[in-house]
Amino acid sequence: MISTGTRSKIEAEMERYPQKRGALLPALYLVQAEHGYVSSDTVRELAEIMGLHPVEVMEVVTFYNLFFDRPQPRHHASVCTNLPCSLRGARVLLAQLEEHVGSKVGEPTDDGRLVLGHEECLGACAFAPMMRVDDAYHEDLDLEHAKSILDALE
Amino acid sequence: MLKVPHVTSYLTEHFAEDAFGTLAGYEKKGGYAAARKALTEMAPGDVIELVKASGLQGRGGAGFNTGLKWSFMPADSDVPKYLVCNADESEPGSFKDRILLERSPHQLLEGILIAAYAVGACTTFIYIRGEYSFPADQVERAVAEAYDQGHLGPNVLGSGFRHDVVVHRGAGAYICGEETGLLESLEGKKGQPRKKPPFPAQVGAFGMPTTVNNVETFCHVPYIVNRGAEWFRGFGTEASPGTTLFGVSGHVVKPGLFELPLGTPLSEIVFEHAGGIAGGRKVKGVIPGGMSMPILPAGQLDVPMANESLRERGTMLGTGGIMVMDETTCMVRVGCVISYFFRDESCGQCTQCREGTGWLNKIMNRIERGAGQSEDLGVLLDIAAKMEGQTICAFADAAAWPVQGLLRHFRADFEEHVRLGRCPFTASFEL
Ligand SMILES: Cc1cc2nc3c(=O)[nH]c(=O)nc-3n(C[C@H](O)[C@H](O)[C@H](O)COP(=O)(O)O)c2cc1C
Ligand code: SF4
Ligand code: FES
Repeated sequence: MISTGTRSKIEAEMERYPQKRGALLPALYLVQAEHGYVSSDTVRELAEIMGLHPVEVMEVVTFYNLFFDRPQPRHHASVCTNLPCSLRGARVLLAQLEEHVGSKVGEPTDDGRLVLGHEECLGACAFAPMMRVDDAYHEDLDLEHAKSILDALE
Repeated sequence: MLKVPHVTSYLTEHFAEDAFGTLAGYEKKGGYAAARKALTEMAPGDVIELVKASGLQGRGGAGFNTGLKWSFMPADSDVPKYLVCNADESEPGSFKDRILLERSPHQLLEGILIAAYAVGACTTFIYIRGEYSFPADQVERAVAEAYDQGHLGPNVLGSGFRHDVVVHRGAGAYICGEETGLLESLEGKKGQPRKKPPFPAQVGAFGMPTTVNNVETFCHVPYIVNRGAEWFRGFGTEASPGTTLFGVSGHVVKPGLFELPLGTPLSEIVFEHAGGIAGGRKVKGVIPGGMSMPILPAGQLDVPMANESLRERGTMLGTGGIMVMDETTCMVRVGCVISYFFRDESCGQCTQCREGTGWLNKIMNRIERGAGQSEDLGVLLDIAAKMEGQTICAFADAAAWPVQGLLRHFRADFEEHVRLGRCPFTASFEL
């Protein structure tokens, strides 16, 4: 269920756009902040709030990398593996981190604490290798530093 | 951590000062004087003429004349008109817009105000890529400050001009940097690019006339208004005036951001400003303008970094993201990484792009594994040629060009893989 607080924030977002549908991305962020992902029930609810067909919401959820249609581990840690980062050892770092957390890219750890991922360029190419952990960037990494960042996650 | 350019000129002069990011700090350095001047002393048409005369080219990748683009907006119209700031920066190798957003959001807002006044826009949407959380927070804080002080809202700077700014966060899709993919996304849809015409100046955001410009493009505008077109033309080349932000990454001693005049030789940027190749090795190739642009071999780094001269060498300035590769680098692996990116990010609307990007990546991987055939090189070029100029947006061209560049200058690397049945570059970066 979308809470009344979130619902009123979504309605406020709809006021900011010339057409209500413009608020769909902000609304999905709000829903995700509340529930951690966008379930098919919330898709239906959100569609109703915004006057859209559920499929119009669902196709947007699945198009964008930052929206999730199923429950997520508590943290996402993604190493950029695009060319500039790879030139500075990003792929080696990622393989070492897989070993460190004992889980492969895309497979959440058993305790649901964390999932490792790889990302395309995140706009930190000169500060490589780097990873994005939830909303924060960590740059100019070496293995020890990267491990300590992951170990500190609750 | 504070990220500032290693070399600065007018655009990034004050970036080392934290306070420059605040409204008070920005105004202390003369900020918003250009917007005051434009909004109170100039007619919209004069602003457009001034920017045209300065020769400012868009810094988002295509290098289109900014003033000319503004002049395509209908001058009298009774429908709302919009301005869009493209802050989706996702071109691999590029990180300049991020630094501008983080360090100098008021400079961006001032450029936006001047542009909005020139084209008669009532609202600007700043579309920031979803991963840029901190930069977006900085911009939202600046927007709030600007509303607070009357620099945005019903009576901007007391001039009578009304303007609103909406900060809109993307959600992770490279194609939303393409301006019509961006507009779809802004309207709450999948970011699939539109057929053109109609161009955004006729039918843009929410069906209304819209101008889309890049973050850096806006940031140059206040300086042009303050100091004039002639002053601006004192930097750069005749055809490409001004400075720009070159981002240097890869195998250099001092990767980072460098504000230098357009036309600065690539070799000067790599060997002087970025400190040359790390570990005393030699350079093998350099991608000059973000991943979509064809690579240059070591022998061609004398080229001035401006579109007119880069085009003669079969490449382009793009976003100014310079990626440097040393002599250990396997160019087939480079091809694997590049083609994977485009395969992953194609929006899938056009057959040539959806299928072509997949095949380019499969064949690259096959060659790298040592399972390639000598015909594969011809097949790569054939696919690339069929993708070019055939699709709804320029993404497919951007996917084809790097492959063509690699085969033009480093064909021997590919032939060697096929001949040996394995990758000969044991010291290369690892896949
Ligand atoms: C596939 C693709 C991706 C693009 N990504 C960006 C981007 O991330 N940022 C940007 O400013 N322009 C990007 N562009 C260029 C925009 O379509 C548009 O030309 C630009 O924002 C216009 O601004 P300018 O005239 O100030 O350069 C992209 C173009 C293509 C074809
Ligand atoms: S060229 Fe590729 S990215 Fe562009 S519209 Fe066609 S399929 Fe989508
Ligand atoms: S390539 Fe990793 S941040 Fe750009």
